[in-house]
Amino acid sequence: MTDPIIAEIEDLTFAYDRRPVLHGIRLSIPRGKVVAIMGQSGCGKTTLLRIIAGALLPSSGRARVLGQVTGELDRDGLYALRRRMGMLFQFGALFTDMSVYDNVAFQMREHTDLPEDTIRDLVMMKLEAVGLRGAAELMPGELSGGMARRVALARAIALDPQLILYDEPFTGLDPIALGVIARLVRQLNDSLGATSIIVTHDVAETLPLVDYVYFMADGRVVAQGTPAEVHRSGVAFVEQFVRGEIDGPVPFHYPAAGYAADLGLAQTA
Amino acid sequence: MNRSTIDLWVGIFVAIGLGALLFLALKVGNLASFSTAQTYQVQAKFANIGGLKVRAPVKSAGVVVGRVAEIHFDNESYEAVATLTLEASYKFPHDTSAKILTSGLLGDNYIGLEAGGNSAMLKDGDKLRITQSAVVLENLISQFLFSKAAESADDKGKGAK
Amino acid sequence: MRDALTHLGAAVTAGVWRLGYASRFFGYLLWHSGTAFRRFRLTLREIYFAGVLSLIIILVSGLFVGMVLGLQGYETLQRYGSSEALGVLVALSLVRELGPVVAGLLFASRAGSAITAEIGLMKATEQLSAMEMMAVDPVARVVAPRFWGGVISMPLLAALFSAMGIFGGYLVGVVLIGVDEGAFWSQMQAAVDVRNDILNGVIKSAVFGVAVTFIAVFEGYDATPTAEGVSGATTRTVVTSSLAILALDFVLTALMFTGGNAK
Repeated sequence: MTDPIIAEIEDLTFAYDRRPVLHGIRLSIPRGKVVAIMGQSGCGKTTLLRIIAGALLPSSGRARVLGQVTGELDRDGLYALRRRMGMLFQFGALFTDMSVYDNVAFQMREHTDLPEDTIRDLVMMKLEAVGLRGAAELMPGELSGGMARRVALARAIALDPQLILYDEPFTGLDPIALGVIARLVRQLNDSLGATSIIVTHDVAETLPLVDYVYFMADGRVVAQGTPAEVHRSGVAFVEQFVRGEIDGPVPFHYPAAGYAADLGLAQTA
Repeated sequence: MNRSTIDLWVGIFVAIGLGALLFLALKVGNLASFSTAQTYQVQAKFANIGGLKVRAPVKSAGVVVGRVAEIHFDNESYEAVATLTLEASYKFPHDTSAKILTSGLLGDNYIGLEAGGNSAMLKDGDKLRITQSAVVLENLISQFLFSKAAESADDKGKGAK
Repeated sequence: MRDALTHLGAAVTAGVWRLGYASRFFGYLLWHSGTAFRRFRLTLREIYFAGVLSLIIILVSGLFVGMVLGLQGYETLQRYGSSEALGVLVALSLVRELGPVVAGLLFASRAGSAITAEIGLMKATEQLSAMEMMAVDPVARVVAPRFWGGVISMPLLAALFSAMGIFGGYLVGVVLIGVDEGAFWSQMQAAVDVRNDILNGVIKSAVFGVAVTFIAVFEGYDATPTAEGVSGATTRTVVTSSLAILALDFVLTALMFTGGNAK
């Protein structure tokens, strides 16, 4: 249990209905660190996250998480593994028919036999950590995007997980909410002694907060390093990505026939 | 919508649902006459049962006193054997007769019992001695035609004299 | 021409594949229904949403159907001097056929579509995935209670429909038109058999309940997690459930009501 590596991906490939998505991925997540997996939309990073969570099985290669190989687990083993993980979904995915309090208390009620008083204390503690203790009785429909995201974060850490997964946590948030979530990711990771994996394409918020970054393009890891190393990486794709340049290894124009031909300027038969 | 309100409404719903079922069973159907009283069985043989079906009523003086429980064919006497279930509160003499009658002009067949005069009563497992088969329409018609033909032959004969 | 055949073949194969998938899902659902009964509060909540919220449409429709039966029935019966058989006509039509079938169709369009939309939306907003990630089986926690809620509600709703319908027939026939009240009820009681008619009607409504609710939860669970996906799933629920009810009605009627002579 004092394994320095929380998650290890070895030569992993994954194909979705014969369409290959991931090719020979190799990465390792050290304990206690906040690691980002970055890349464009569709590069396979969310798929990788799902494989780490055990929701998808690799086509070949292995994903070893918290000491278990996800591909070898049966349903009960997988559920036992997931009780040690927490996941924050892209738009929160709160249960809309329950209040904020019930959402955070959900896992405690389902997986533990704690009495309601203890659960109440725990829920209040988690909500206090994300700054929403006063919103406990609200329904998810009454929350703003940023608040919903924070409640989902409180729910994800309800059982003090060892590994927290974030699927695009910064999408669609205003600058204040962005700052709050970024602070919370770091704070909760350190105070819980957990490890965090963030899948994102938000460079500005992420690089200052993480310990290590993996860059993915077209289902492969193209670069990795600490944020400082990334700025000096020299990999063209990384440079374009980090600086947000519109043209480079990832071209601006979608492949098409000649422009003049489309406009009808060239005389074609 | 808190918990107790939901419980209340579900309770009301299930209550009126079961109430509707009860209403259908008692007021609409014939459950009221579906007594679980004591019964005894007797057998009756018929040359022809016509359209008599299992669960057809057994009536005496027009009142339902039992039901037909089972019908089968006796391969030795080549007759139909009907088993009747009668309510124990109705006792019939040993020489009661059973007739297969039709309910209305074109209705279902049922069994009508006419009490005899014997002082000994029917017991469970007894057989009814006197039976009358169902009226089969084809036989009736051929009888009618035959008697009509005989009549006109007689008339001719008389006329010729 | 060949394209049309290829499409047809693909559609049939896809249909058979989906049927197999649905059957496995049905088995899985039944196997994991323990939670729905151990934590009966969940199922209770679904009985509320499926049954109680359908009460108004069922009761009002039942009343109107019964009233129309009374009117139309009287129209035809009085021509043969049999207007006193109105009670029999109304009761048998409702208890044997109209109660289970019409209540089933109404249930499919009101509660079935709502269940599909709810589960589909939960899928689209990743709530089901979130539940999976929290090591709670969404089939046991979300799908099974809704299934059993519908199955329990359906026979009750059908009985209520029939009862309201008979009352409607009574209102029109006896109160409005003037058919003899005694004859109305006594002929009805003589003709309607508890075992053959009422019980068979209840069995029918139970079978419809299973079919409709299962189709509703399956379409919701299997929906594509987009707006169009959920809308398509809801439409499919109503269409498939309605067709299933009518087809099952034929099969059950053939088994129950014409097999009497074989007894």
